[in-house]
Amino acid sequence: MVDAEGGLSLTIARVVQRLRGSSLHSQLERQARVSPGPAPALSTGFFYFTGWEKKLQNAVYSELNVFPSPCHPAAPPEHMKEPLAYMRKAQGSWEKRILKSLNSMCTELNIPLAQKRPASEQKELLNKWNEMGTDEPDLSLFRPVYAPKDFLEVLMNLRNPNYENGEQPSFRNHLGLIQVPLKVKDIPELKEDFSELGLNIGQLGIDDSAQVPPEFFENEHVRVGQKVLAEQDSAAAQQYVRQGCPTALRAELWALILNISNQPEDILYYEQLKSNVIQHNLLVDSLIYKDVKLTASNDDYYFVFEDYLYQVLLCFSRDTSVLEHFAYSSATPPKSYIRGKGELQKSFCFVGVIPFHGFSMYVAPLCFLYHEPSKLYQMFREMYVRFFFRLHSISSHPSGIVSLCLLFETLLQTHLPQLFYHLREIGAQPLRISFKWMVRAFSGYLATDQLLLLWDRILGYNSLEILAVLAAAVFAFRAVNLMEVTSLAAAEAVLADLSTLKVVPLLQIFLFATVT
Amino acid sequence: MGGDAGGGPGPLQEIVFRNFYTAFVSVRVQRARGPRRWLTCVRRRRLMASPHAEQGAQDYFSLPRHQMLCDVDQVTAVRFILRQPSPVWLHFTIEELQIFPPSQKSPPKDFPSWLSQLAPPQQPPGPHAELPDPEKVSAEAQQMWVLTEVIRARQAAARIGRFDVDGCYDVNLLSYT
Repeated sequence: MVDAEGGLSLTIARVVQRLRGSSLHSQLERQARVSPGPAPALSTGFFYFTGWEKKLQNAVYSELNVFPSPCHPAAPPEHMKEPLAYMRKAQGSWEKRILKSLNSMCTELNIPLAQKRPASEQKELLNKWNEMGTDEPDLSLFRPVYAPKDFLEVLMNLRNPNYENGEQPSFRNHLGLIQVPLKVKDIPELKEDFSELGLNIGQLGIDDSAQVPPEFFENEHVRVGQKVLAEQDSAAAQQYVRQGCPTALRAELWALILNISNQPEDILYYEQLKSNVIQHNLLVDSLIYKDVKLTASNDDYYFVFEDYLYQVLLCFSRDTSVLEHFAYSSATPPKSYIRGKGELQKSFCFVGVIPFHGFSMYVAPLCFLYHEPSKLYQMFREMYVRFFFRLHSISSHPSGIVSLCLLFETLLQTHLPQLFYHLREIGAQPLRISFKWMVRAFSGYLATDQLLLLWDRILGYNSLEILAVLAAAVFAFRAVNLMEVTSLAAAEAVLADLSTLKVVPLLQIFLFATVT
Repeated sequence: MGGDAGGGPGPLQEIVFRNFYTAFVSVRVQRARGPRRWLTCVRRRRLMASPHAEQGAQDYFSLPRHQMLCDVDQVTAVRFILRQPSPVWLHFTIEELQIFPPSQKSPPKDFPSWLSQLAPPQQPPGPHAELPDPEKVSAEAQQMWVLTEVIRARQAAARIGRFDVDGCYDVNLLSYT
């Protein structure tokens, strides 16, 4: 471990280096040159009076939240991606499988992975950019590269070679599907972490219902929210949304927390990505089309946003800035070879993320909040590189999907042991049902207003653990019905429809009102 | 489980290693002068937060001189005692062990040493705070400014964002390596 002083210096150096190349830095320089007064213009007083201090503070806060704390200087870069060697290996073989599947799809269908569009096709696409949903290309031969249940099979088979995984049942074997000994929190620790969800603290989702007079909580909460927005402070906003976001303020508050400001440079960047989409055709585009048609278009709440989804996802697959997150993700982007002029072969990063079945559901709820494509795009990209990438890669991070699954199973086993045992006996391991909820961050399963209240807390606590807690809370809520089922299909039927659930009361009851 | 490392007498600056499922490590040294007994310089340093769980199990650690309990000049032998109370692991050890004498800095840090000496924490300003003292502010600003100058030598993080290579973009297969 790096000692405290050394660690702080490393962090400062890293943050400065990252901010140096950003647009905020050029804005600051421009402002400093314009303003009268003696140099150096970096004095604290200057910042305070011109409001740049807040912007700089927000940028630093954002960097600290996204990047993990610096590793020991002796640690190689793959150690920051994922410290455990066997997990890196498992992620590597999983990625190889996906690539093989993609390659075989290419050779079967005889379609190149990427090619330049002919000029006529480019013009056509530009004309119908805003209504790509009306296009009905023949996608019958395409199939999604993988679905969440394939990924679950991989996680079930994850084993630490240094762990005594005997075949005989013993205290070493976990009763659930995940057999990896990661440290997960128990309810007392979760109560402390999620203390703002406590019973004696007002919450949106409970204390704004029709029966409660708004003077008790809602009016004051909205007032505080407007004040936070006026102050433009990311850290304060993140603290504020832990109690829920008023609908009218949510779009701006989320943008403030993720430090998205939609400057002209950002709009220009989006337009550049759009022109990349027009010029080049990727195989991944067809996979995206297929995914949107299969999932979001069939959803009662999200089908209206189909066109937005294409505009965001097609650009996302070409965005090279997404490659930065691979420094702290256990995943590696797929590479390909290309014949450059003169040189035989060059390896380059082909695309950032290969979409799986249900990927477009990460974007769909954001369409309720943002209507301008470039801002919607930036919000989705930031949400992805902060949170969603952890839901489909193998890592030991506390917010990684492996830890979330283990947390879910441990919570259920500890607090509903009879239910857990019963479901296990009938061959309906609870994780088989809840896995798809957690991989999609419950998008498409909950009603949209409830989903947004849940994602408020993900942003507020900067962690995905709330997904595992909610999954366990849902099982606790329907425990009586589940105790009576006798098969996996029946258990799935009991838990098929979550659209009537209210998220915040469930979380509160499970964390604070269950007898432990 | 333990291990010895010996050689000519010499001072110790820092010990760096990579953990492999060891929960606690103790280090004892034997000095050139004085009684021939083993002195404890690091006592039961916790490496894994929980011996049964993976956290910290494969992390890199360093034991610098200022955290050691006894004087580590003129050391002739070093003994590492590794403990792992949990029965679930098959093996436990430490790997990539490096012991640094004071002459060379342990894995070279890329920033100057004065950066480690941060300004002492200031008192938070009272409710009627005036502007901070300009002398103090400019001293800190100088430090920050030199820091940015040092980082200036690095590459900026800006990306070009183009996806083609030499103007052509015909990709047929993904590579597995």
